[in-house]
Amino acid sequence: MSAAIQEAFVLLFTGDPDLWRIIWVSLKVSLSALLIATPPAVLLGFFLATTPFRGRRLCVVILQSFLSFPTVVVGLVLYLVLTRNGPLGNLNLLFTQDAMILGQAIIAFPVLAAATLAAVQGADRIVRETALSLGATRSTAAFTTLFEVRFAVMAGLFNGFGRVISEVGCAMMVGGNIAGLTRSIPTAISLETAKGEFAQGIALGFVLIVLALAVNAALNFFQGEGGMK
Amino acid sequence: MSGLPSALLSISALKKSFGTRLLLDVANLHLEAGKIYALTGDNGSGKSTLLRILAGLEKPDALHGRFDNQTVNGTDYLPALRREIIYVHQHPYLFNTSVAANIEYGMKMRGMDKGQRQRLAEDAILWAGLQHVINVAPKRLSGGEKQRVALARAKVLSPRLLLVDEPTANLDRAAREQIVELLQQTASANNCVVVACHDREIIDLPEVVILHLEGGRIKS
Repeated sequence: MSAAIQEAFVLLFTGDPDLWRIIWVSLKVSLSALLIATPPAVLLGFFLATTPFRGRRLCVVILQSFLSFPTVVVGLVLYLVLTRNGPLGNLNLLFTQDAMILGQAIIAFPVLAAATLAAVQGADRIVRETALSLGATRSTAAFTTLFEVRFAVMAGLFNGFGRVISEVGCAMMVGGNIAGLTRSIPTAISLETAKGEFAQGIALGFVLIVLALAVNAALNFFQGEGGMK
Repeated sequence: MSGLPSALLSISALKKSFGTRLLLDVANLHLEAGKIYALTGDNGSGKSTLLRILAGLEKPDALHGRFDNQTVNGTDYLPALRREIIYVHQHPYLFNTSVAANIEYGMKMRGMDKGQRQRLAEDAILWAGLQHVINVAPKRLSGGEKQRVALARAKVLSPRLLLVDEPTANLDRAAREQIVELLQQTASANNCVVVACHDREIIDLPEVVILHLEGGRIKS
Protein backbone atom coordinates (compact mmCIF):
# COMPACT_ATOMS: atom_id res chain seq x y z
CA MET A 1 0.00 0.00 0.00
CA SER A 2 2.81 2.42 0.86
CA ALA A 3 4.31 1.76 -2.58
CA ALA A 4 0.98 2.71 -4.16
CA ILE A 5 0.86 5.93 -2.17
CA GLN A 6 4.42 6.74 -3.13
CA GLU A 7 3.62 6.09 -6.79
CA ALA A 8 0.46 8.24 -6.51
CA PHE A 9 2.52 11.24 -5.45
CA VAL A 10 5.05 10.57 -8.19
CA LEU A 11 2.19 10.62 -10.74
CA LEU A 12 0.85 13.86 -9.29
CA PHE A 13 4.07 15.79 -9.01
CA THR A 14 5.77 14.61 -12.19
CA GLY A 15 2.84 15.89 -14.21
CA ASP A 16 1.65 12.53 -15.53
CA PRO A 17 -0.32 13.53 -18.67
CA ASP A 18 -3.02 10.83 -18.30
CA LEU A 19 -3.69 11.82 -14.71
CA TRP A 20 -3.83 15.56 -15.41
CA ARG A 21 -6.01 14.94 -18.47
CA ILE A 22 -8.53 13.20 -16.17
CA ILE A 23 -8.42 16.13 -13.73
CA TRP A 24 -8.89 18.60 -16.60
CA VAL A 25 -11.93 16.68 -17.96
CA SER A 26 -13.50 16.61 -14.50
CA LEU A 27 -13.04 20.33 -13.90
CA LYS A 28 -14.18 21.27 -17.39
CA VAL A 29 -17.32 19.12 -17.22
CA SER A 30 -18.30 20.15 -13.69
CA LEU A 31 -17.69 23.89 -14.13
CA SER A 32 -19.52 23.89 -17.49
CA ALA A 33 -22.46 22.10 -15.87
CA LEU A 34 -22.61 24.69 -13.10
CA LEU A 35 -22.39 27.52 -15.63
CA ILE A 36 -25.41 26.11 -17.47
CA ALA A 37 -27.47 25.20 -14.41
CA THR A 38 -26.90 28.29 -12.26
CA PRO A 39 -28.96 31.00 -14.03
CA PRO A 40 -32.21 29.00 -14.44
CA ALA A 41 -31.82 27.38 -11.00
CA VAL A 42 -31.35 30.72 -9.24
CA LEU A 43 -34.31 32.17 -11.13
CA LEU A 44 -36.52 29.21 -10.21
CA GLY A 45 -35.45 29.34 -6.54
CA PHE A 46 -36.13 33.06 -6.41
CA PHE A 47 -39.48 32.65 -8.15
CA LEU A 48 -40.60 29.92 -5.76
CA ALA A 49 -39.50 31.96 -2.76
CA THR A 50 -41.22 35.17 -3.75
CA THR A 51 -44.26 34.28 -5.84
CA PRO A 52 -47.32 32.75 -4.24
CA PHE A 53 -49.29 30.53 -6.65
CA ARG A 54 -51.45 27.46 -6.55
CA GLY A 55 -49.26 24.36 -6.40
CA ARG A 56 -46.21 26.21 -5.12
CA ARG A 57 -45.84 23.91 -2.11
CA LEU A 58 -45.94 20.86 -4.38
CA CYS A 59 -43.23 22.40 -6.59
CA VAL A 60 -41.04 22.98 -3.52
CA VAL A 61 -41.55 19.38 -2.35
CA ILE A 62 -40.65 18.04 -5.81
CA LEU A 63 -37.58 20.29 -5.98
CA GLN A 64 -36.40 19.17 -2.55
CA SER A 65 -37.03 15.52 -3.47
CA PHE A 66 -34.64 15.88 -6.38
CA LEU A 67 -31.90 16.76 -3.89
CA SER A 68 -31.69 13.14 -2.84
CA PHE A 69 -32.30 11.67 -6.28
CA PRO A 70 -29.64 9.01 -7.06
CA THR A 71 -27.28 10.30 -9.73
CA VAL A 72 -27.23 6.89 -11.37
CA VAL A 73 -30.96 7.21 -12.05
CA VAL A 74 -30.35 10.61 -13.68
CA GLY A 75 -27.70 8.83 -15.76
CA LEU A 76 -30.10 6.04 -16.67
CA VAL A 77 -32.86 8.41 -17.78
CA LEU A 78 -30.41 10.53 -19.74
CA TYR A 79 -28.94 7.39 -21.32
CA LEU A 80 -32.40 6.31 -22.48
CA VAL A 81 -33.03 9.78 -23.91
CA LEU A 82 -29.65 10.06 -25.66
CA THR A 83 -29.23 6.48 -26.86
CA ARG A 84 -29.43 5.93 -30.62
CA ASN A 85 -33.09 4.89 -30.46
CA GLY A 86 -33.99 7.51 -27.84
CA PRO A 87 -35.87 10.76 -28.45
CA LEU A 88 -32.61 12.74 -28.72
CA GLY A 89 -30.52 9.94 -30.20
CA ASN A 90 -29.95 11.85 -33.44
CA LEU A 91 -27.87 14.43 -31.52
CA ASN A 92 -25.13 11.79 -31.04
CA LEU A 93 -24.34 13.06 -27.57
CA LEU A 94 -24.01 9.75 -25.78
CA PHE A 95 -20.48 9.05 -24.49
CA THR A 96 -19.36 12.63 -24.99
CA GLN A 97 -18.37 15.36 -22.58
CA ASP A 98 -21.53 17.25 -23.60
CA ALA A 99 -23.66 14.38 -22.30
CA MET A 100 -21.71 14.45 -19.03
CA ILE A 101 -22.19 18.22 -18.77
CA LEU A 102 -25.92 17.82 -19.39
CA GLY A 103 -26.18 15.11 -16.73
CA GLN A 104 -24.23 17.09 -14.17
CA ALA A 105 -26.27 20.24 -14.91
CA ILE A 106 -29.42 18.22 -14.15
CA ILE A 107 -27.85 16.97 -10.90
CA ALA A 108 -26.67 20.45 -9.85
CA PHE A 109 -29.94 22.19 -10.74
CA PRO A 110 -32.01 21.20 -7.65
CA VAL A 111 -29.06 21.87 -5.32
CA LEU A 112 -28.72 25.43 -6.64
CA ALA A 113 -32.46 26.10 -6.83
CA ALA A 114 -33.11 24.79 -3.31
CA ALA A 115 -30.22 26.86 -1.91
CA THR A 116 -31.59 30.01 -3.55
CA LEU A 117 -35.10 29.21 -2.36
CA ALA A 118 -33.92 28.76 1.24
CA ALA A 119 -31.73 31.87 1.11
CA VAL A 120 -34.41 34.17 -0.29
CA GLN A 121 -37.07 32.75 2.02
CA GLY A 122 -34.72 33.32 4.93
CA ALA A 123 -34.09 36.92 3.90
CA ASP A 124 -36.05 39.39 5.94
CA ARG A 125 -39.06 41.04 4.26
CA ILE A 126 -37.49 44.31 5.32
CA VAL A 127 -34.74 43.94 2.67
CA ARG A 128 -37.25 44.26 -0.14
CA GLU A 129 -39.23 46.93 1.68
CA THR A 130 -36.12 49.01 2.28
CA ALA A 131 -35.23 48.84 -1.39
CA LEU A 132 -38.77 49.78 -2.44
CA SER A 133 -38.95 52.63 0.06
CA LEU A 134 -35.67 54.03 -1.28
CA GLY A 135 -37.12 54.15 -4.78
CA ALA A 136 -36.25 50.78 -6.28
CA THR A 137 -38.64 49.26 -8.79
CA ARG A 138 -40.08 45.86 -7.96
CA SER A 139 -37.56 44.10 -10.21
CA THR A 140 -34.62 46.10 -8.82
CA ALA A 141 -35.82 45.35 -5.29
CA ALA A 142 -35.87 41.66 -6.24
CA PHE A 143 -32.27 41.86 -7.50
CA THR A 144 -31.27 43.71 -4.34
CA THR A 145 -32.74 40.91 -2.23
CA LEU A 146 -30.88 38.33 -4.28
CA PHE A 147 -27.67 40.32 -3.91
CA GLU A 148 -28.17 40.45 -0.14
CA VAL A 149 -28.33 36.64 0.05
CA ARG A 150 -25.45 36.18 -2.38
CA PHE A 151 -23.26 34.34 0.12
CA ALA A 152 -25.95 31.75 0.81
CA VAL A 153 -26.52 31.31 -2.93
CA MET A 154 -22.77 30.96 -3.35
CA ALA A 155 -22.78 28.27 -0.67
CA GLY A 156 -25.33 26.42 -2.81
CA LEU A 157 -23.03 26.82 -5.80
CA PHE A 158 -20.11 25.31 -3.92
CA ASN A 159 -22.32 22.48 -2.68
CA GLY A 160 -23.44 21.87 -6.24
CA PHE A 161 -19.82 21.76 -7.37
CA GLY A 162 -19.02 19.27 -4.63
CA ARG A 163 -21.91 17.08 -5.70
CA VAL A 164 -21.12 17.01 -9.42
CA ILE A 165 -17.33 16.74 -9.27
CA SER A 166 -17.59 13.64 -7.12
CA GLU A 167 -20.56 11.87 -8.72
CA VAL A 168 -19.80 8.68 -10.55
CA GLY A 169 -23.13 7.13 -11.57
CA CYS A 170 -24.28 9.55 -14.22
CA ALA A 171 -20.78 10.30 -15.54
CA MET A 172 -20.14 6.58 -16.01
CA MET A 173 -23.45 5.91 -17.78
CA VAL A 174 -23.57 8.82 -20.22
CA GLY A 175 -19.82 9.46 -20.49
CA GLY A 176 -18.73 5.86 -20.88
CA ASN A 177 -15.42 6.41 -19.07
CA ILE A 178 -13.48 6.74 -22.33
CA ALA A 179 -9.78 7.38 -21.68
CA GLY A 180 -8.70 10.90 -22.64
CA LEU A 181 -12.24 11.94 -23.51
CA THR A 182 -14.84 11.26 -20.85
CA ARG A 183 -12.79 9.71 -18.06
CA SER A 184 -13.30 11.89 -15.00
CA ILE A 185 -11.84 11.69 -11.49
CA PRO A 186 -14.57 9.53 -9.90
CA THR A 187 -14.99 7.21 -12.91
CA ALA A 188 -11.22 6.78 -13.15
CA ILE A 189 -10.95 5.97 -9.43
CA SER A 190 -13.72 3.40 -9.82
CA LEU A 191 -12.07 1.77 -12.85
CA GLU A 192 -8.50 1.77 -11.53
CA THR A 193 -9.57 0.33 -8.18
CA ALA A 194 -11.52 -2.44 -9.92
CA LYS A 195 -8.33 -3.27 -11.86
CA GLY A 196 -6.29 -3.34 -8.67
CA GLU A 197 -4.26 -0.30 -9.83
CA PHE A 198 -4.37 1.82 -6.72
CA ALA A 199 -1.73 4.49 -7.47
CA GLN A 200 -3.79 6.55 -9.91
CA GLY A 201 -6.90 6.10 -7.74
CA ILE A 202 -5.06 7.38 -4.67
CA ALA A 203 -3.63 10.34 -6.60
CA LEU A 204 -7.07 11.28 -7.93
CA GLY A 205 -8.65 10.77 -4.51
CA PHE A 206 -6.05 13.15 -3.12
CA VAL A 207 -7.02 15.72 -5.77
CA LEU A 208 -10.70 15.36 -4.82
CA ILE A 209 -9.87 15.90 -1.15
CA VAL A 210 -7.79 18.99 -1.99
CA LEU A 211 -10.67 20.32 -4.13
CA ALA A 212 -13.14 19.71 -1.30
CA LEU A 213 -10.90 21.58 1.13
CA ALA A 214 -10.37 24.45 -1.35
CA VAL A 215 -14.12 24.74 -1.98
CA ASN A 216 -14.86 24.82 1.75
CA ALA A 217 -12.10 27.35 2.38
CA ALA A 218 -13.50 29.57 -0.39
CA LEU A 219 -16.99 29.18 1.03
CA ASN A 220 -15.82 30.18 4.48
CA PHE A 221 -13.99 33.18 3.09
CA PHE A 222 -17.00 34.45 1.13
CA GLN A 223 -19.45 33.77 3.95
CA GLY A 224 -17.22 35.51 6.44
CA GLU A 225 -17.31 39.26 6.42
CA GLY A 226 -17.89 40.05 2.79
CA GLY A 227 -14.43 41.53 2.67
CA MET A 228 -15.04 44.11 5.43
CA LYS A 229 -13.79 44.25 8.97
CA MET B 1 -60.86 65.97 -1.82
CA SER B 2 -61.02 68.83 0.60
CA GLY B 3 -57.67 69.30 2.29
CA LEU B 4 -56.21 72.28 4.04
CA PRO B 5 -54.70 74.65 1.45
CA SER B 6 -51.13 74.20 2.64
CA ALA B 7 -51.36 70.48 3.38
CA LEU B 8 -48.59 68.40 1.87
CA LEU B 9 -50.60 65.27 2.53
CA SER B 10 -54.29 65.25 3.18
CA ILE B 11 -56.16 62.02 3.81
CA SER B 12 -59.93 62.07 3.90
CA ALA B 13 -60.45 58.33 4.16
CA LEU B 14 -58.09 55.50 4.99
CA LYS B 15 -59.30 52.14 6.20
CA LYS B 16 -57.42 49.01 7.09
CA SER B 17 -58.77 45.85 8.67
CA PHE B 18 -57.11 42.66 9.76
CA GLY B 19 -59.73 39.95 9.66
CA THR B 20 -62.80 41.37 11.34
CA ARG B 21 -60.84 43.96 13.31
CA LEU B 22 -60.91 47.47 11.88
CA LEU B 23 -57.44 48.76 12.78
CA LEU B 24 -57.47 52.10 10.98
CA ASP B 25 -60.38 54.35 10.09
CA VAL B 26 -58.64 57.66 9.44
CA ALA B 27 -60.76 60.50 8.07
CA ASN B 28 -58.81 63.60 8.93
CA LEU B 29 -55.07 63.43 8.49
CA HIS B 30 -53.46 66.66 7.31
CA LEU B 31 -49.70 67.02 7.22
CA GLU B 32 -48.11 70.36 6.44
CA ALA B 33 -44.64 71.03 5.11
CA GLY B 34 -42.14 72.38 7.58
CA LYS B 35 -43.52 70.49 10.54
CA ILE B 36 -42.54 67.51 12.63
CA TYR B 37 -45.38 65.26 13.73
CA ALA B 38 -45.21 62.75 16.53
CA LEU B 39 -47.59 59.88 15.91
CA THR B 40 -48.43 58.47 19.30
CA GLY B 41 -50.72 55.70 20.48
CA ASP B 42 -50.70 52.47 22.39
CA ASN B 43 -48.84 49.42 21.15
CA GLY B 44 -50.97 47.81 18.46
CA SER B 45 -52.90 51.00 17.78
CA GLY B 46 -51.79 50.93 14.14
CA LYS B 47 -49.01 53.54 14.08
CA SER B 48 -46.61 51.40 12.07
CA THR B 49 -49.40 50.18 9.79
CA LEU B 50 -50.44 53.76 9.04
CA LEU B 51 -46.86 54.75 8.18
CA ARG B 52 -46.40 51.62 6.06
CA ILE B 53 -49.60 52.36 4.14
CA LEU B 54 -48.49 55.95 3.50
CA ALA B 55 -45.15 54.58 2.28
CA GLY B 56 -46.86 52.11 -0.05
CA LEU B 57 -45.51 49.07 1.77
CA GLU B 58 -48.91 47.84 2.86
CA LYS B 59 -52.21 47.94 1.02
CA PRO B 60 -55.12 49.74 2.64
CA ASP B 61 -58.70 48.57 2.20
CA ALA B 62 -59.62 52.08 1.09
CA LEU B 63 -57.67 55.28 0.55
CA HIS B 64 -58.72 58.72 -0.60
CA GLY B 65 -56.54 61.75 -0.30
CA ARG B 66 -54.12 64.13 -1.88
CA PHE B 67 -50.35 64.35 -1.79
CA ASP B 68 -49.01 67.68 -2.98
CA ASN B 69 -50.90 68.10 -6.25
CA GLN B 70 -51.56 64.43 -6.84
CA THR B 71 -54.80 62.71 -6.05
CA VAL B 72 -54.39 59.46 -4.18
CA ASN B 73 -57.35 57.19 -4.71
CA GLY B 74 -57.93 53.48 -4.37
CA THR B 75 -55.52 50.92 -3.14
CA ASP B 76 -52.85 51.01 -5.86
CA TYR B 77 -49.87 53.04 -4.74
CA LEU B 78 -48.69 55.70 -7.16
CA PRO B 79 -45.15 54.87 -8.30
CA ALA B 80 -44.32 58.60 -8.28
CA LEU B 81 -44.97 58.73 -4.54
CA ARG B 82 -42.14 56.26 -3.90
CA ARG B 83 -39.72 59.03 -4.85
CA GLU B 84 -41.40 61.51 -2.50
CA ILE B 85 -42.16 59.46 0.60
CA ILE B 86 -39.56 57.47 2.49
CA TYR B 87 -40.17 55.12 5.38
CA VAL B 88 -37.45 54.38 7.93
CA HIS B 89 -38.07 51.11 9.75
CA GLN B 90 -37.84 50.76 13.54
CA HIS B 91 -34.91 48.38 13.05
CA PRO B 92 -33.49 49.72 9.78
CA TYR B 93 -32.03 47.21 7.37
CA LEU B 94 -28.63 48.16 6.05
CA PHE B 95 -27.52 46.45 2.88
CA ASN B 96 -24.54 44.16 3.23
CA THR B 97 -22.16 46.49 1.41
CA SER B 98 -20.62 49.60 2.96
CA VAL B 99 -22.03 52.58 4.82
CA ALA B 100 -21.40 54.82 1.81
CA ALA B 101 -23.03 52.34 -0.61
CA ASN B 102 -26.07 52.21 1.67
CA ILE B 103 -26.39 55.98 1.57
CA GLU B 104 -25.90 56.01 -2.20
CA TYR B 105 -28.52 53.30 -2.86
CA GLY B 106 -31.55 55.59 -3.25
CA MET B 107 -29.58 58.03 -5.38
CA LYS B 108 -28.50 55.16 -7.62
CA MET B 109 -32.15 54.16 -8.00
CA ARG B 110 -32.83 57.71 -9.14
CA GLY B 111 -30.17 57.49 -11.82
CA MET B 112 -27.74 60.03 -10.32
CA ASP B 113 -24.20 59.86 -11.65
CA LYS B 114 -21.49 58.35 -9.51
CA GLY B 115 -19.63 61.59 -8.79
CA GLN B 116 -22.74 63.34 -7.54
CA ARG B 117 -23.71 60.31 -5.46
CA GLN B 118 -20.32 60.20 -3.81
CA ARG B 119 -20.35 63.92 -3.01
CA LEU B 120 -23.82 63.77 -1.48
CA ALA B 121 -22.98 60.60 0.43
CA GLU B 122 -19.88 62.27 1.90
CA ASP B 123 -22.00 65.24 3.01
CA ALA B 124 -24.58 62.89 4.52
CA ILE B 125 -21.89 60.96 6.39
CA LEU B 126 -20.62 64.22 7.90
CA TRP B 127 -24.18 65.35 8.68
CA ALA B 128 -24.95 62.14 10.57
CA GLY B 129 -21.54 62.02 12.29
CA LEU B 130 -20.66 58.67 10.75
CA GLN B 131 -17.07 59.39 9.72
CA HIS B 132 -15.71 56.90 12.25
CA VAL B 133 -17.73 53.97 10.85
CA ILE B 134 -17.29 54.38 7.10
CA ASN B 135 -15.03 51.31 6.92
CA VAL B 136 -17.06 49.20 9.30
CA ALA B 137 -19.43 46.55 7.94
CA PRO B 138 -23.01 47.78 8.45
CA LYS B 139 -23.96 44.66 10.38
CA ARG B 140 -21.33 45.55 12.98
CA LEU B 141 -22.84 48.97 13.73
CA SER B 142 -24.72 49.71 16.93
CA GLY B 143 -28.48 50.33 16.91
CA GLY B 144 -27.97 54.10 17.10
CA GLU B 145 -25.41 54.09 14.30
CA LYS B 146 -27.73 52.02 12.11
CA GLN B 147 -30.51 54.53 12.71
CA ARG B 148 -28.18 57.37 11.77
CA VAL B 149 -27.14 55.62 8.55
CA ALA B 150 -30.81 55.02 7.74
CA LEU B 151 -31.66 58.68 8.39
CA ALA B 152 -28.70 59.85 6.31
CA ARG B 153 -29.77 57.43 3.55
CA ALA B 154 -33.25 58.93 3.60
CA LYS B 155 -32.31 62.59 4.04
CA VAL B 156 -29.89 62.56 1.15
CA LEU B 157 -32.90 61.90 -1.13
CA SER B 158 -34.70 65.02 0.13
CA PRO B 159 -38.06 63.28 0.57
CA ARG B 160 -41.14 65.49 0.80
CA LEU B 161 -42.47 63.22 3.51
CA LEU B 162 -40.21 61.26 5.84
CA LEU B 163 -41.89 58.57 7.92
CA VAL B 164 -39.79 57.30 10.81
CA ASP B 165 -40.96 54.38 12.91
CA GLU B 166 -39.87 54.34 16.57
CA PRO B 167 -36.35 55.62 15.83
CA THR B 168 -35.28 55.87 19.46
CA ALA B 169 -36.71 52.59 20.77
CA ASN B 170 -34.10 50.52 22.61
CA LEU B 171 -31.40 53.18 22.29
CA ASP B 172 -29.38 54.64 25.14
CA ARG B 173 -29.75 58.29 26.12
CA ALA B 174 -26.81 59.61 24.09
CA ALA B 175 -27.93 57.76 20.96
CA ARG B 176 -31.51 58.98 21.44
CA GLU B 177 -30.34 62.59 21.68
CA GLN B 178 -28.33 62.24 18.46
CA ILE B 179 -31.35 60.81 16.62
CA VAL B 180 -33.67 63.56 17.92
CA GLU B 181 -31.19 66.20 16.79
CA LEU B 182 -30.96 64.66 13.31
CA LEU B 183 -34.76 64.50 13.04
CA GLN B 184 -34.99 68.18 13.95
CA GLN B 185 -32.43 69.02 11.28
CA THR B 186 -34.28 66.93 8.69
CA ALA B 187 -37.51 68.92 8.78
CA SER B 188 -37.42 71.88 6.39
CA ALA B 189 -39.85 74.29 4.76
CA ASN B 190 -40.38 71.88 1.88
CA ASN B 191 -40.88 68.63 3.68
CA CYS B 192 -42.42 67.16 6.77
CA VAL B 193 -41.40 64.43 9.14
CA VAL B 194 -43.74 62.01 10.90
CA VAL B 195 -42.24 60.05 13.77
CA ALA B 196 -44.13 57.19 15.36
CA CYS B 197 -42.93 57.14 18.94
CA HIS B 198 -43.54 56.92 22.65
CA ASP B 199 -40.40 58.91 23.46
CA ARG B 200 -40.96 62.03 25.59
CA GLU B 201 -37.75 63.52 24.18
CA ILE B 202 -39.51 63.76 20.82
CA ILE B 203 -43.09 64.33 21.97
CA ASP B 204 -42.07 67.21 24.24
CA LEU B 205 -40.15 69.13 21.56
CA PRO B 206 -41.79 72.55 21.14
CA GLU B 207 -42.03 72.30 17.35
CA VAL B 208 -43.63 68.88 17.36
CA VAL B 209 -47.31 68.45 16.56
CA ILE B 210 -48.93 65.46 18.26
CA LEU B 211 -51.13 63.10 16.27
CA HIS B 212 -52.66 60.57 18.63
CA LEU B 213 -53.99 57.35 17.18
CA GLU B 214 -56.77 55.79 19.19
CA GLY B 215 -59.47 53.38 18.12
CA GLY B 216 -58.16 53.65 14.57
CA ARG B 217 -58.76 57.40 14.42
CA ILE B 218 -56.40 60.38 14.58
CA LYS B 219 -56.91 62.83 17.42
CA SER B 220 -54.78 65.94 17.06
